[in-house]
Order: sequence, then structure tokens, then C-alpha cells
Amino acid sequence: MPKIKVQSLTKVFGKRPKQAIKMLNEKKSKDEILKETGMTVGVNQASFEVEDGEIFVIMGLSGSGKSTLVRLLNRLINPTSGNVWIDGEDLAQMNDQQLREVRRKKMSMVFQKFGLFPFRTILQNVEYGLEVQGIDKEGRRNKALNSLELVGLKGYEDQFPDQLSGGMQQRVGLARALANDPEVLLMDEAFSALDPLIRKDMQDELLELQTTMKKTIIFITHDLDEALRIGDRIALMKDGSIVQIGTPEEILVKPANDYVEKFVEDVDRSKVLTAQHIMKRPETVNIDKHGPRVALERMQKEGISSMFVVDSNRLLKGYVTADAASEARKKEINNLKDILQNDIPKVEKETPMVDIFNIIHDSPVPVAVIDNEKLVGIIVRGAVIGALARDSEVILENE
Amino acid sequence: MNSLLEFLPRIPIAEWTKAFTDWLTSTFSFIFYPIRTHLGNFMGWSTDRLSEVPPVIIILLVVLLAFFMTGKKFGLAAFSLVGLWLIYNQGLWDRLIETFTLVLIASILSVIIGVPFGILMSKSKIAESIMKPILDFMQTMPAFVYLIPAVAFFGIGMVPGVFASLIFAVPPTVRFTNLGIRQVPTELVEAADAFGSTGTQKLFKVELPMAKATIMAGINQTVMLALSMVVIASMIGSPGLGREVVSALQRSQVGPGFVAGISIVILAIIIDRFTQSVNTAKK
Repeated sequence: MPKIKVQSLTKVFGKRPKQAIKMLNEKKSKDEILKETGMTVGVNQASFEVEDGEIFVIMGLSGSGKSTLVRLLNRLINPTSGNVWIDGEDLAQMNDQQLREVRRKKMSMVFQKFGLFPFRTILQNVEYGLEVQGIDKEGRRNKALNSLELVGLKGYEDQFPDQLSGGMQQRVGLARALANDPEVLLMDEAFSALDPLIRKDMQDELLELQTTMKKTIIFITHDLDEALRIGDRIALMKDGSIVQIGTPEEILVKPANDYVEKFVEDVDRSKVLTAQHIMKRPETVNIDKHGPRVALERMQKEGISSMFVVDSNRLLKGYVTADAASEARKKEINNLKDILQNDIPKVEKETPMVDIFNIIHDSPVPVAVIDNEKLVGIIVRGAVIGALARDSEVILENE
Repeated sequence: MNSLLEFLPRIPIAEWTKAFTDWLTSTFSFIFYPIRTHLGNFMGWSTDRLSEVPPVIIILLVVLLAFFMTGKKFGLAAFSLVGLWLIYNQGLWDRLIETFTLVLIASILSVIIGVPFGILMSKSKIAESIMKPILDFMQTMPAFVYLIPAVAFFGIGMVPGVFASLIFAVPPTVRFTNLGIRQVPTELVEAADAFGSTGTQKLFKVELPMAKATIMAGINQTVMLALSMVVIASMIGSPGLGREVVSALQRSQVGPGFVAGISIVILAIIIDRFTQSVNTAKK
């Protein structure tokens, strides 16, 4: 069962939302509805599922409805139609009491501008969620201190929010959300107000925390780089609708439509694409079966000057050059082992492209891509440059 | 042409108002009467107790308080010392105490009544749309007019003075409480909700603390209005500095009128700076 299931969730801001829903069902666009009725469609029939322990990123430009969507998930905004199930429980059916319980125990929220209470100390801020639950002073103090330590803010308990930098304030926001030990974290543009370097630190820290916490995280952002960096899956929103849901690679490599494609155009692909996206199927010779003659023939046929050598299990053994192979043929050496060279540049399948640059730059032969010591592909310089040039054909043909 | 405007005889609004007030007076005399007696007694008692304290001690207390509440600055303290001594020197000390008691009681009642109404107004659009015109009405109606029903309900003396001051002075507290709560940043309200606060928890743990500065500004206004009304209320027999002004007016004695007037100004400045410093002292 998914942790959170959302089905055709819709929010219309305006006086006669039912009319707008009807128009949406008639496939009228957000702009048409605004023009005809003056009502704004915040979220338009969004459906998705989030698995336990997943970081699910909802991304879109401002006005795309992403902040509304996340508020529908804990009913800070009541949906006009559609459903949200958390652990199979329908949020819309809950009365105030049940909803409060969910907000206290199951879901916490981190806000864009931190949402800290300026008249409370850091400790009191972190304690807030526990305080409203009626937990005794000692208990909430301990939990809050633990939570502060988790985000690296031990020793700041008695300061006030305005004494801390933006990055530290958002750590407090995160600590406050974690103090309740929720199963789901809703993060609304949590890092957007921070400057780029701090933002990257916070992203790293969140990912590191996540390896031990295993929370279900719904992360809202307008920054595609951020989405690609931290998301297990990404939902791209436009005009209140979800246009594509997929892993970062899927979004980049197979954009669902022009909108997504335009969106991903400016991404620094070298950080997202990995070796497996740009590798080619390797031409090889089998050390157990073939000799220098076969190797030379194949190289001539392909028009290449070197070739990787594998065994019958496709374990990478080394490479031979055309020169060495023709020399060997002249000297009538029949075993590839004798002319094998071992100084092969190797990368793993998941190595990001950015790390391949230096390796390929210094290497006379293509880079071998290996998975469990088995050769799965090669990368030639042209492929790297091609991928950076966003020549989608290069990428797609190697998918 | 005028006949066009005379399609109706004069509407007897004045008669209606009188009938309504009479009805109120007779029907609710069981409420008005005990209020008059008890509040009157209480105020007389407080004035007496305050008058028993030697003026020197009061002046010293005020000066010390002024010194510490303004962050150990001498300005207000020095002003209080000179100002209060001057009032004493002019033989108006007892009048000052009477006026102060009236202002204090009227202000406390205004806050007790005003803040809850302000909260109600901030929470409900309907309440806001009903109360806004009423507040406008209360503030624009000439203050003297309130004296008439006050006399009808409570006779003459301190109590009707407090009643009239209350009606005249309560609007700023209501308005500023409403404003203060509505001005709490959305994100903080959302944060309170998102962590599962009940309405009461949200109000007391987030909204009121956030709105405190604005509410205090409203209370400051209320206190100042109460003071101005207390002077006017002397016309219906409220004791205090205002009575000196009224009697000077009736006898056209410019000297005593000025002395009483300047005493009121001194009291006003001291009260104003005190209520303002409550707001800034915490920062």
C-alpha cells in the first residue's frame, strides 16, 4: 500500500467551485475558466502515489499550484474535490479531532520562510509540536534537544530565531518538524530562501539524514537542479496539473512533452546523467575463443584502433591495440594474453558524467563501463561531448 | 420644491431613542442599579486608598518606574518628577488621584471588553462586517452625547463617567486587536495549524503573542481616549481635574482653568509614555 495516495485532487479558488469543476471535466483550460468565471484553478486533478521512505519532489514554476498541492495534503487548504489517503485513511472524511491527530503524529511541515515563532526561543520553537500535544515539560525538552542535535544546532537552544542565519533558522524548522517523529515530512520550498551554497549543504544533509530516518518526504521546489539532486521521483507541475511523474533520469531523458523538454533544457546534465546514459555497446573479443587475428579483423571492420578483451563471462580482462595485434600476427603469436594491456580506465555504471571528464581526457582508449566487474559498455569522447550538447539522439540511442 | 422632500412627516427618531432608553433604564434597572452602587463604592474606596498614600511616595514610585521602564533613561523620570510635583504644588493632588482612578477603571474595563470583541472580529467575517460600522458610529458620535444615557442609566457621579468613557474609548482596542491578529504572517498561522494546534492553542500560543505590540498600541489609544472622556464626564458630576476645568469655564476664570488644563496634559503625557514603554521595554 502506498504511504500517500492522491486521486484527482482539485482545488478551485472562487465563489462557485462546482461550476469550475464541471468546466474542468469538459476539458476547459485554467485560462478559459479564469476568463469566463473569474475563478482560479489552483490544482487540477492531480493523482499520484508516494511510497514509504521515498523522497517525492513536486516541482514547478511559481503559480503552478505546487504550494497549494502540498497544503491539500495536510488540509491546510481544503480540497474542492478528489481524495487524499494516508496509510489508507481518507483525509477528507476526518473530523477536526482526527485531522489534528494526523498533523500531530503523522505529518510535519517545513516552511519556505521557516515559519518560526519570533517570540519563542529555539528550544521553545522546536518544542511547539510536542507542547500542543500536551507532552510534559521534561519529555518535550528531551525530544527537542535530540532533534536539535540531529540538525547540528546543539547549544543554540536559548537563542531567538532572529539571532540565527537563514540556514540555521531552517535547521530549526527541520528540527521542529522532526521533533514530532512524523512519518511524513512536507517540505514547502524549504531551501528556496537560502543562498546557493547553504542550499546545497542543506540538500546534502537532508539526504544524509534520510539514509537513517527513512521518512516519506514530499518536497516542493521550483529548482530543477534541486529536484534532480534529491528526488527519488519527481512530479512536474504546470498550470495546476501534473505533466509528468518519473525518476530524475526519466524526466531528463524522456521528457513527456515540449513543456518538460524546455524545462530540462537548462539543466547541468553532467551532474545528472551517469555513465550508463552515454555508453555505447562495446565491440569486444573473447580471450577464451579469439586470437589477435580476429581482433585485428574486427578492429578494421569497425575502424577503431583498440578493442576491449573479455572472457566468456564478460569479465573485463584488458584491451589490445591494432598495432599490437598486427605485430602479433606477424610474429605468429596466437594468444591474446601475450599482447594484452591492462591500464584500462574504468568507471562504474552509476558514475556521474561530471566525474568521467578527467578520466576520459587522459586516456588514449575509450573508458570501460563496468558493472560487477563485467563490461557493459564503453564511452568515447564524442558521446560525452554529444550528451553535453544535449543532442538527445546520442542519449536515446544508448538507452 | 421643498414639498418634494416633505412627502413624509418628521420621523420621530428622537422620541424613539428616548422611549428605547427609558425602556432600557426601567427594564434593566436591576442591572444598572447594583452596578452603580458597587462600582461606585469600589471606585470611592480605591480613590480613598490612593489618597491615603503620601504623595511623596507615589511620586517616587512613578519616577523609579519611569526610570526602569524606559530602559534606565532619565527623560521620563525627570518629567514625571517635575510634572507631578507641579500638580501637587498647585493643590490639585486629590483631583489628580480621582482622575487617575477613573481613567484606570475605564481603561481596564475597555481592555477586558475590547480584546475579546477584537478576537471575535478577527475570527469571523460576519462579526467584522457587523462591528465595523458600530465602531465607526461609536467613535464619530460627539462624546457629549454619551453623557445623556449614562445619566439615565447610572445617575450622576463617577459611574456614568466610567460608562461614557468606556463607550468612547473601547473602539481602538477592538480595532487594533482585530488588526493585530489579522496581521500575523500566514506562514506562522499555517505552522500552528500544521502542528495540530487547537483553535485556543493557536490563539494563545501564536496569534496573541504575535499581535501583542499592535494590541498594546490600541490599548495606548484607549487609555488616552479614556482620559479625554473623563474630563468631559465632569459635566455629569465626575470628580477630578475635569471638574476644575468645568467650574473655571462656568466662572470664566482663565487662571485656574489653565492650571487644571496643564495638569491634565502632564497626566496624559506620563500615561502615554508609560503605556508605550510597555511595548518597547520587552525588546
